[in-house]
Amino acid sequence: MKDENSKGNVLTGADAVLQALKKEKTKIIFGYPGGATLPIYDKLDKYGIRHILCRHEQGGTHMADGYARATGKAGVCMATSGPGATNLVTGIATAFMDSSSLIAITGQVPREMIGNDAFQEVDITGITIPITKHNYLISEPEDLSDSIHEAFYLSTTGRKGPVLIDIPKDVLSSELKAPDKNHKKPVLEGYNPTIKGHSGQIKKAAILLRSAKQPLIISGGGVAGSGAEDALTSFARKYEIPVVATLMGKNGFPNTDRLYLGLIGYHGTAAGNNAVQKADVILAVGTRFGDRTTGPLGNFAPEARIIHIDIDPAEISKNITSFLPIVGDASQIINSISGHLDKEGITASKSEKEEWLNFLLKIKKDREKPADSSKLNIPLILERLKKIIPDPIMTTDVGRHQIFAAHHFPIDRKNSFITSGGLGTMGFGLPAAIGAKAGFPDDTVISINGDGSFLMCCQELVTAVEENLPIIAMVMKDQRLGMISQLQSAFYGERYNCCDLGKCVDFTKIAEGMGALGIRVEQPDEIEGAIKKAVASGRPTVIEFILHEQGNTYPMVTGSSLTDYIEE
Amino acid sequence: MNHTISILCDDQPGVMTRISGLFSRRGFNIESLTVGHTEIPGKSRFTIVVKGDDNVLEQVRKQLQKVVHVIKVWDIKKAEAVEREHALMKIKVTPEVRSDVLQIITALQARIIDSSGSVWILEITGDTNSVNNAFNLLSDYNIIESIRTGKISLKRGEQVK
Ligand SMILES: Cc1ncc(C[n+]2csc(CCOP(=O)(O)OP(=O)(O)O)c2C)c(N)n1
Repeated sequence: MKDENSKGNVLTGADAVLQALKKEKTKIIFGYPGGATLPIYDKLDKYGIRHILCRHEQGGTHMADGYARATGKAGVCMATSGPGATNLVTGIATAFMDSSSLIAITGQVPREMIGNDAFQEVDITGITIPITKHNYLISEPEDLSDSIHEAFYLSTTGRKGPVLIDIPKDVLSSELKAPDKNHKKPVLEGYNPTIKGHSGQIKKAAILLRSAKQPLIISGGGVAGSGAEDALTSFARKYEIPVVATLMGKNGFPNTDRLYLGLIGYHGTAAGNNAVQKADVILAVGTRFGDRTTGPLGNFAPEARIIHIDIDPAEISKNITSFLPIVGDASQIINSISGHLDKEGITASKSEKEEWLNFLLKIKKDREKPADSSKLNIPLILERLKKIIPDPIMTTDVGRHQIFAAHHFPIDRKNSFITSGGLGTMGFGLPAAIGAKAGFPDDTVISINGDGSFLMCCQELVTAVEENLPIIAMVMKDQRLGMISQLQSAFYGERYNCCDLGKCVDFTKIAEGMGALGIRVEQPDEIEGAIKKAVASGRPTVIEFILHEQGNTYPMVTGSSLTDYIEE
Repeated sequence: MNHTISILCDDQPGVMTRISGLFSRRGFNIESLTVGHTEIPGKSRFTIVVKGDDNVLEQVRKQLQKVVHVIKVWDIKKAEAVEREHALMKIKVTPEVRSDVLQIITALQARIIDSSGSVWILEITGDTNSVNNAFNLLSDYNIIESIRTGKISLKRGEQVK
């Protein structure tokens, strides 16, 4: 057999890539090979980095993203040039919108062919400029090491985000002239994230909070991004400030705490949305005030002076004008504010604060009711799941089931609710679960899937089986694009066009066909057994839940402010 | 309202796309854009005139600052800076209008840098208003084609901050 590529012990660009990944403590690459990346694949076994072969590059990006969100470390995915690279786009955009540390490595056609429309050439750096924090097209093998270290540095510091490195094939296979370059901490003149908050602003924040009668904390995705969960939790508890969350901020505060009022926004809870609309001082932590969170912008939090903590200065007053911005790392800033309050005390009257809290807790309590156990429905499934597996890592797809999961599955553990908040990428749940499982092999990882969404990345079941990553996919089979039909019912006169998914799909057979375990659940009393069976099997499992009713998710804002919602 | 932004950045391949792409993607309107090398090796400077209110300006500035190759962004207030724009204009000068055009050229302190038969190329330099003015004054004549560089701008005094 011909072996044109054996260079014996000569170090090549591919070695530079793998050495750099190794130095960055990369344990897993989620990838899919092709001609342009073969030089890396050829050397992979020398470096002891696990390669997980996804079955579609989009799946690989979501796996790396899920891994990153669950572990707090960078997740690495890899694809070949051309179609491999373009298949990454949705996953990169997903990571970008949710500020997740994704490193994407792509092969590129050899340098001399770039620009000639060579076979499988695509300008992936051009395509991904708007959806990466930064990207690189490498022109010399000697640049590889520095660029990869820079990529990790950029991706995991400040406001996290995806970074792509595009490497021409001949750069990967050519000999390294200066192989043993010792890497230093990257110095980037134009990149200096502000970590420490401005002390004057922090002081002012403390003054505002001291006298606040109706204070509220909004936990955004940046709380987990900064690792500020503990700081936020002890702060809220100490000063008895109620906490609401954005979808991305659900991870920021223990959901079973009595101070937690649930989500705000388009699908916010009654307590959450009322709290925002009536609060006098809001401490908003790590949120970009996305439109799903604020509802109609002009009417958001009309009574409140907003203290906005964010690591990204561009988020300050982008959507919502904040009264008091503080740029920096959330955890440090919260601790400093807390320090001031400890010293100076609270001046707002205790009874007024109590009245506020009780008002909100009553709204919350009035709506607490056990799920309807007479027939199969998503809240009931989640309620039973919580009893059997109290602390799983949960991922979701996008749709009604996602909102149900956010409302009806309280989580207390950090980084354990993983969802595509900003881009709303259907198909995210299963591969993200596989990625999370790869990071935490001993934990139970559950993906809550819509029957529409599941089909978008269901091929990754094969990955779970072949790589022995026994996740449990719970598919909510309502035979429709539920969220779409909900919108059609609310805003389009119940004209349910093109949201019927039909009857033909048997998810248990899909599971079996891909080597996984498939279980069907049709009655409430089968839920528990199915989940237990899935766990006991130790195999990747798909549980298909047959839902027979429309099952809309409420509350839903239908009017011009967050309290303009319908509850059923 | 127009704002002038000055950007010092790494002279890297693609930096132009990163910067101009950011404007279009975020819906900021570019009135003019110039770019060139500076006295610092490996660094370029952009002068961009952007249309929008103060909030837009603030967002533009912050979003630009997030581009990794961007080192610093200045919002240049007119009073603190000098600005120049350069234009070339090709104009057909028939004998009947010749003396009128010459008069205007003198008044504008413009120069004739090429004369091919009855076609002149004029060079006009000044702040944006004077260049606008030149175009206005000459618009009654037969302008064949023209080009403007867009504004370049530097802050006065030693202070670069
Ligand atoms: C890739 C992608 N395409 C389209 C959409 C628009 N969309 C949002 S929710 C939804 C329906 C999801 O249906 P399903 O996965 O079955 O979940 P359900 O709402 O029924 O729980 C659609 C089509 C999307 N979010 N992502």
